[in-house]
Amino acid sequence: MIRDLHQKLINKEITSVELTEQYFSVIEEKDKEIGAYLTLTKELAMQQARFVDEKISKGEEIDLLAGIPCAIKDNLCVDGYRTTAGSKILDNYIAPYDATVIKRLKESAAVILGKTNMDEFAMGSSTENSAYQITRNPVDTSRVPGGSSGGSIAAVAAGEAVWSLGTDTGGSIRQPASLCGVVGLKPTYGRVSRSGAIAMASSLDQIGPVATSVEDVAIILSRISGQDPMDATTARSGDKKYEDYLTGDITGSIIGVPKEYVESLEGEIKEVFEKSLEKFKSLGAKIETISLPNAQYALPTYYIIMTSEVSSNLARFDGIKYGLKVNDLSESVSELNPNENSNAIPRTLLETYLDTRKIGFGDEVKRRIMLGTYALSSGYYDAYYVKAQKVRALIRKDFEEAFKKVDFIYSPTTPEVAFKIGEKTSDPLKMYLGDIYTVTANMAGVPAISFPIGFQTVEDKDLPIGGQIMGKWFDEEGVLNVAHTYEINK
Amino acid sequence: MLSKEEILHIATLARIGVTEKDVEKYQHDLSEILDYFKKLEEVDVEDVEPIGHITGMLNTFRTDKHEDFGLIGKEAIMKNVPEIKDGCIKVKSVL
Repeated sequence: MIRDLHQKLINKEITSVELTEQYFSVIEEKDKEIGAYLTLTKELAMQQARFVDEKISKGEEIDLLAGIPCAIKDNLCVDGYRTTAGSKILDNYIAPYDATVIKRLKESAAVILGKTNMDEFAMGSSTENSAYQITRNPVDTSRVPGGSSGGSIAAVAAGEAVWSLGTDTGGSIRQPASLCGVVGLKPTYGRVSRSGAIAMASSLDQIGPVATSVEDVAIILSRISGQDPMDATTARSGDKKYEDYLTGDITGSIIGVPKEYVESLEGEIKEVFEKSLEKFKSLGAKIETISLPNAQYALPTYYIIMTSEVSSNLARFDGIKYGLKVNDLSESVSELNPNENSNAIPRTLLETYLDTRKIGFGDEVKRRIMLGTYALSSGYYDAYYVKAQKVRALIRKDFEEAFKKVDFIYSPTTPEVAFKIGEKTSDPLKMYLGDIYTVTANMAGVPAISFPIGFQTVEDKDLPIGGQIMGKWFDEEGVLNVAHTYEINK
Repeated sequence: MLSKEEILHIATLARIGVTEKDVEKYQHDLSEILDYFKKLEEVDVEDVEPIGHITGMLNTFRTDKHEDFGLIGKEAIMKNVPEIKDGCIKVKSVL
């Protein structure tokens, strides 16, 4: 879609200003129902669009992303605009700088339409944990779009943006992409700079692209990836153009299917998945059953490491430097909290912290901070955090062993299709279990893509099913090419 | 099940204010999830090194040179501060 629009722009069939206005009118028409956007960045969008039109009229060369409207998850800083991460604690926060990915998009002259809804601080799998609004699945508006990047994915699925950026800590790009029938990529840890992304769990977080085709995702990745002095965990990757690696040929590639993942599959998802295996075979790939023996531990390991990092990262929201401050309540809501362990901080200062965080954070965020604080607290650190980091080493080893035998690992993205709004909100553990296939890619740090492979019909609606290809560390081009080859052979 | 005292201890460490109702809820929710974590007890991790960095990246160096940004961004940053006095960030008395 990006290439087509790019052609239309340079052939002067449409201007970027017209295109951008078209998207704003789609947003105007649809977003009351969908709820994908939290903030529209109209001024910035129109300014970028006019800049691109001027370049075109002067006959200057423009980048593929130039003048094309996109949406940005609201945990990525866009200079001068409100950035809330879906939380009340950042309700009035105006980002004072651009995230590295935004800086790079501005260099490409992409048009940023707005900031999208998300689970608070990216904690959730349904976008129901946003402090502002719910987002509905464009395929069936009685259902969730998935999460936590639900706004970014719903915007693309509803035609309210050509493409978008999300973040993925345990599946937050791939799971909603699967549930809404679009393509989403979590790059290798270190492929994309996290500078300017509001941190959730720093050893797992990655920013990644969402679009309606694999080629579009490749085009976007080429523009946002690469080493960044502002994020010491970024890897050198040169000026790779991932879109140039989409050969459409996977003859001889070996795709491994983990038996631990597919044993429990049932119903239509199982049928669709098996059909997709046949298709891969017909495209020349070899399918092999493999084992990831420690996969069964991925979810509890993930929840220990993630909540620990969350509790540390979110310590910065203290009501002092930015965001909400709850001060001088006539009656503190935190009188129960004992003072004994707080190194004799004066009660008034302690209460500013306690009250601000009690009122500013939502339930799920507090639950995870509490869990992480417990896991890191004196006496439990070795039993939980260190143990989890050791199990994580075993999980990575499973992948190293598997990748000696196969080139890619394939499974469904999620164990079930989009569920109804409100269906799982009362049971946090049940919600966590939906991340079963996606968290391992973050645990091991490998790249993973979700792309549509079929539908399950529920109540007369065709609900999308996604397939997930994981690849070797830094083999984004391979992962993209497998998904692309599948996609173009409909 | 975590005791009321344990919850209050954790809540204060986490700087999260709680009411009686919150304490009960956390006792239930946290205990359920911690039980789920117990699954890891069955894994043998003898001689396993914990993960430091997932792609095995080692030291990342940069030149030991400071960059002076002057006042760039100061105004934008200070705009986000809830309470300012005489150009400084205001904090409740610590001493």
